[in-house]
Amino acid sequence: MTDKTMNTVDSSPVDATKRTLLKGGVAAAVITLAPGITLRTVEAAVTGPATQAKRWGMLIDATAPEGVWDLAVEACKAEQGWGSDHNKSGKANAATDPQWIRKVSIKNPKTGAKASLPVMCQHCANPPCVDVCPTGASMKREDGIVLVDKHICIGCRYCMMACPYSARSFVHEPVEMQKPHMPRGKGTVEGCTMCVHRVDKGQQPACVEALNKAGSDAIMFGDLNDPKSDISRAVSKYVTQRIRADLGVEPGVHYRGI
Amino acid sequence: MAADTTIYKEIEGKGGDYYSLVGWLAVMAAAGFGSMLYMEHYGHVVTGMTNAVVWGTPHVFAVFLIVAASGALNIASISSVFGKTQYKPLARLSTITAVALLAGGLMVLLLDLGRPDRLIVAMTKYNFKSIFAWNIILYSGFFVIVLTYLWMMMERRMVPYSKKMGLLAFVWRLALTTGTGSIFGFLVARPGYDAAIMAPMFIAMSFAFGLAIFILVVNVAYRASNRPLGDFILFEMRNLLGVFIAAALYFTVTQHLTNLYAAEHAGIEAFILWDGGIYTFFFWVVQIGLGALFPLALLFNPATGRSCQGIMIASILVIVGGLAQLYIIIIGGQAFPIPLFPGMEVSSSFFDGAVHPYVPSLLEILLGLSGMAVSLLIIAIAVKYLPLMPTSLSDAKVDPNHVAAE
Repeated sequence: MTDKTMNTVDSSPVDATKRTLLKGGVAAAVITLAPGITLRTVEAAVTGPATQAKRWGMLIDATAPEGVWDLAVEACKAEQGWGSDHNKSGKANAATDPQWIRKVSIKNPKTGAKASLPVMCQHCANPPCVDVCPTGASMKREDGIVLVDKHICIGCRYCMMACPYSARSFVHEPVEMQKPHMPRGKGTVEGCTMCVHRVDKGQQPACVEALNKAGSDAIMFGDLNDPKSDISRAVSKYVTQRIRADLGVEPGVHYRGI
Repeated sequence: MAADTTIYKEIEGKGGDYYSLVGWLAVMAAAGFGSMLYMEHYGHVVTGMTNAVVWGTPHVFAVFLIVAASGALNIASISSVFGKTQYKPLARLSTITAVALLAGGLMVLLLDLGRPDRLIVAMTKYNFKSIFAWNIILYSGFFVIVLTYLWMMMERRMVPYSKKMGLLAFVWRLALTTGTGSIFGFLVARPGYDAAIMAPMFIAMSFAFGLAIFILVVNVAYRASNRPLGDFILFEMRNLLGVFIAAALYFTVTQHLTNLYAAEHAGIEAFILWDGGIYTFFFWVVQIGLGALFPLALLFNPATGRSCQGIMIASILVIVGGLAQLYIIIIGGQAFPIPLFPGMEVSSSFFDGAVHPYVPSLLEILLGLSGMAVSLLIIAIAVKYLPLMPTSLSDAKVDPNHVAAE
């Protein structure tokens, strides 16, 4: 499983060497303690510790056909295990069910011009959610990915008050169908992780991969600090905009065609 | 001036009235605790709170109590910091009321957490950039400082130092309310917040809410314990309450006028002042009408302002208006949609661009009321076991200009 991951990684020779060194120690191990009880070790990151050398970001093309955003949302649900919490009670509760990524429709009331685009955590460089969190559970990695440490989240929801993008959800009910890489918990806050578990293995976030498989490059993912990356080239070619850029929170998610 | 001859004594607290009061308060506190257990078991889905209105009725009560706590300390501050000796006999009761209100408010806040079992995390892990984390320090410090202040007033050897402690407590309470107001003032995301005026407005609100509660506490405690309560001290507090109501009203007017001037804020202002349904009703009828203008009329009308009932009704109305004001700020501020794309019509499955509905659940109301019950319970028990209340607040004891043969 790790070998397969390794093959998808393409980067500089230095990184490749580092990865070869790490290779021996990164395989995920599953030890059977007793029938039905297994101990799973966490897969180590193959790209090394997160550093400021990278700034992960996205570029979203709002002119893409609307249907691709549904693909992205479904891919996120499948990857992270949200969206099926209502299975237990048998009914969905739109007001309280988490949404890590959503399709937003906008319309200019004066001209009638319309667009639709996905909105999720914008992975701000100056994230208000991180500033306000009393315990430090809401945090930003060195590489710009904003996460919630669910072990120290006390469920105060101040980050949700502070987020300009409504990007976070509070888990209002017991959760089911959890993924091993993405523990979730009733009473804590969650949101888009930019698929950090995949990114650390050199993979693309699930939404990006799903769109690529469908032949769409409407969401581009990459390192904004690397001038040679596709995303850097794209953001230097097109005039992009970021949602509520006026707030100065420096989102890592760029949009074009809004 | 003459030495302080005030005699402080515990209340008897033996009658059926006392025990039934304590019993009812305990039942209410237990109901709140039960609500918390139910919410923790099933998750917050059983409340009216959602992913759009993330703070609900418990927060209205909690913030109200926390704000009122610092205001309740004012009577003590006025006597020791500003040298108004007529308030001195009430200083002890003022400090214990402040501590009790803060405890009740914090309890509600804690019990509403998604993970109240992680209280220890909140106390050991600090993000020092968070105003919430500052507040945890400000609240803890308030308990320590105010209780020390109380001890210094009660311990004869410490009395000379109590004035300095009172000054520290006064400065601390200003910082505390600044911190509470800034919980909202620092939020850039929502048009209803993000304003420096939140801090001073909360201070003005605290003066009014805290004093309104304190007037009720004094009246009930003195009537129930059959101790004399003269008009002088009551009228002094009445005058203060009037000034504080006017000050809170001034900040509210300034807040909305400033917002109305900026086209950017036209949406939120129209929502609160004009077409926000329950929020508009709460603003004009409950906060402004019943919570400010009517109490002012009651307090300064010669007929009602000179009656104990009139002053108590005005105090109750200030509390009701205060709860309405915090309901508008906390819940109205969230019900109004976050402007994701200003100037655009926005819609999504996550309620973008729409006014978010919110209906408080019984659980939330019980939890909120339990905070008030716990506060009153602390006061009721404290006055029974500690000499906090002067045996008499008659005019002869309190009024420096009292003429016996008048």
